[in-house]
Amino acid sequence: MKIKFILNGKKTVVDVPGGMRLIDLLREKLNLTGTREGCGKGECGACTVLLDGKPVNSCLILAAQVDGRDILTIEGLQKGDSLDPVQRAYIDTAAVQCGFCTSGFILATKSLLNENPDPLDEEIKRGIAGNLCRCTGYAKIFDAVKTAAEYIKEEN
Amino acid sequence: MADEKDKLKVVGTRVIRTDAFDKVTGRTRYSADVNAVGQLFGSVLHSEYPHAEILEIDTSEVERLEGVRAVVTREDIPGAKYFGGVIPNQTVFAVDKVRYYGDGISAVAADTPELAEAAKLLIKVKYKPLPVLSDAREGLRADAPKVFPEGNLCKHHKVRKGNVEKGFAEADLIIEREYSTQRIEHSYLEPEAVVAELSEDGGIKIIGSIQNLFSARRAVASVLNLPLNKVRLIQAPLGGSFGGKDEAVTVLFCRAALLAIKCGRPIKLVNSREDSFRESYKRHPYFMRYKAGVKSDGTFTAMEIDITADAGAYASMSPFVTWRSVVQATGPYRVPNVKTDVRAVYTNNNYTGAMRGFGSPQVNFAVESFIDEIAEELGINPLELRLKNAFVDGDITATGQKLNHKVSLGEALKTIAERSDFVSKWETSRKSSSRDVRKGIGISCSYRGVSLGAEGTDAASVLVSIQSDGSVIVETGLVDMGQGAATAISIIVAEGLGIDIEKIHFLNADTSRVPDSGPTVASRTTIMAGNAAKNACEILNERIKRVVSGEKDLGFEEKVAICFREGISLYAVGHYKSPKTTWDEENGYGDAYFTFVYGANISEVEVDMRTGKAKVDKFYAIHDVGRVVSLSGAEGQVYGGVAMGMGYALLEDFHQTDGIPDFKNFDEYLLTTAADIPKMEVEFLQNPDKAGPYGAKSLGEPSTEIVAPAIANAVYNATGKRIRNLPLTLERVLIGRELVRPSKRGSEIARGEK
Ligand code: FES
Ligand code: FES
Repeated sequence: MKIKFILNGKKTVVDVPGGMRLIDLLREKLNLTGTREGCGKGECGACTVLLDGKPVNSCLILAAQVDGRDILTIEGLQKGDSLDPVQRAYIDTAAVQCGFCTSGFILATKSLLNENPDPLDEEIKRGIAGNLCRCTGYAKIFDAVKTAAEYIKEEN
Repeated sequence: MADEKDKLKVVGTRVIRTDAFDKVTGRTRYSADVNAVGQLFGSVLHSEYPHAEILEIDTSEVERLEGVRAVVTREDIPGAKYFGGVIPNQTVFAVDKVRYYGDGISAVAADTPELAEAAKLLIKVKYKPLPVLSDAREGLRADAPKVFPEGNLCKHHKVRKGNVEKGFAEADLIIEREYSTQRIEHSYLEPEAVVAELSEDGGIKIIGSIQNLFSARRAVASVLNLPLNKVRLIQAPLGGSFGGKDEAVTVLFCRAALLAIKCGRPIKLVNSREDSFRESYKRHPYFMRYKAGVKSDGTFTAMEIDITADAGAYASMSPFVTWRSVVQATGPYRVPNVKTDVRAVYTNNNYTGAMRGFGSPQVNFAVESFIDEIAEELGINPLELRLKNAFVDGDITATGQKLNHKVSLGEALKTIAERSDFVSKWETSRKSSSRDVRKGIGISCSYRGVSLGAEGTDAASVLVSIQSDGSVIVETGLVDMGQGAATAISIIVAEGLGIDIEKIHFLNADTSRVPDSGPTVASRTTIMAGNAAKNACEILNERIKRVVSGEKDLGFEEKVAICFREGISLYAVGHYKSPKTTWDEENGYGDAYFTFVYGANISEVEVDMRTGKAKVDKFYAIHDVGRVVSLSGAEGQVYGGVAMGMGYALLEDFHQTDGIPDFKNFDEYLLTTAADIPKMEVEFLQNPDKAGPYGAKSLGEPSTEIVAPAIANAVYNATGKRIRNLPLTLERVLIGRELVRPSKRGSEIARGEK
């Protein structure tokens, strides 16, 4: 079936088989491999993308479901040469280790800060608790979220 | 060396990870992101039984299917049918029988992953089920089912020092306890993936998420019957490993290669999380008996330790893992008389192998709980008992080795105890009788041998190649598994050449281009590759100096340009071989490691006495790393190690019932999440070691190896209940039954998902 949606700001039309998952559409068909698959079961958050600004696990959604909607993946965050403030914050706070969880965390952070530009520690914890990271112990990810909040404020 | 620190420009600072940009933009290409033109997709058929004879494998039906391009089994292996770095007894495809539930029987290559998945189920296998050995403690009985015809003993290590009988006779108190630890899953977030392709020279090229390239290459070459120079393995960026991407990925390399050879097309083989859980090796469960003799003033007179480790179905790294355990089992304490036995025993459980800590988290849980129990019996504060017996400079270890470096254990213990106000909190919590919520505090410490020690040859090489524009390429056979090795080595090269780290480009390892540097294990990368990198820089500096001496105020680029004009090669191979270690296996002693690191942890917990739920409130960690190379990297290692250790202490248990895993994915096997993370305070002691580059030693494993006992000791301090088995299922102790885990993750509940 044919679906039309906005992908990373661009109108996109693709033909997809009925049962195809969103993650496979992104990774296999559109070569957007920055979305990672860690469990395929909605548990790890490595496959997080933003659907109309809200984080979803792309391994649990069918491609057909995004028809007419707006999808943002990690590849769509950068504006030309300049990184999104959330991406910068993850680099500057050393919140990246193996990086397999990073795309998902950055998008979860993006959405968290869109809704709540000044989150308290507990709100940060809850906001990213759907994403697993085995490397960092999350401490520097908390720093990244706070730093990102500051960067965003500075930009506005 | 104190002055040296002030002179260091890059080492010890906060640098941006060399791979951070690619990772935050999603540009990093992990193995599953790699595609080869014309590739087919592989899928592996696993055993239906944990232990069975294979009577017949019938693949005829699958072979006829449209879109299926190749089916391989034991019949298609041209070379060795078994592989393994220490004892080669692991199969690529089951030969005469299956030994665990994750054994592969066959693999299929098809046009799509879905077809490959579906097709393999049409393979008909006839089994004759055999009795299952699921408990390592029963494995050495005469009537136990035999995993291998030679018997179930994989390895027996011992340590002998002095005379324990005499030691026990001198003791005022003899105390005996039993401890056990569970099997856990590495849970690297990236499941294993490989892409194999035939190369023009009749060889094979495989890209994959592999941790130890050179042992994998030996295995692939012997299975395919090819010389090493025709097997080219390339490491893709690793999405975590923690010791786990060794044999578990080697076996995929072999299978993908066999499929590629059979159908002449590239093969992509990507494990699902379910495949990964089912097939991959785990951390060893240990059953440990400790007996100690002590004087009433707290002086140890003897320790006798007997340990059985569940090796699972194959040898993997068990002989080495258990060797580290035997060396370190008595903890960092002066004990004049020691008798330790560790036996690794085969079972029909998932095989067990290297995992961050490598035989230390188990014995550290036991010995550090034991020390607290002894302190309790003697009525001495656990900090005091530790300080009384803790190693100091020049002490002799259980294996008879003299510690010839700065032993900072006492410094670590005192510093961390002071910072956390340990003694007074410990005293107060003991007295709490609240029936609601109680607080507790616990301490633990360790010493750890750096690198491989007497396990094997310990050497590494690093290539440093300065380009004509002054930029630099660095390559080595030791890999970055996500822990930041690329950054650490780049820092050492930047320091060595006196240039900015931005000038350095670190390449992932490729077996056909870099010398064999041994395995990326044992927290050896910083010290081994670091020394080799420093050596390469020294060689290059020497060459540059010879050409440009006299012309003082030149910048690096100008000097490089002169060298190129003069035809001087600025490509150097740095090499480092570790100082000598010795081991007498027969009599159980030796200079096991060329140096050691020291650390201590303190945990504060809160226990809900009504539900038995324990929560870590605050965590303190202190580690002597010799010299911090990358400050942010070092902190990240410790935070991550603590989180992993918390999972080990409180959550994780990869339980198997009659050999069949109870868990398939992260919905059932729970890891520490952001919501569980306490406040963490991390501190580094820096006593530069003469063996390390700029004095640096290691950190990756120490950071996780003493977390669990600190938590167990804190729980005891809060509740008065001593739990000797991991994970600490407190509810069982406090309320007489296990709590049911929520079926939804905290996050989903938080997001309001039903
Ligand atoms: S891959 Fe989608 S949540 Fe894990
Ligand atoms: S950085 Fe490795 S899983 Fe998060």
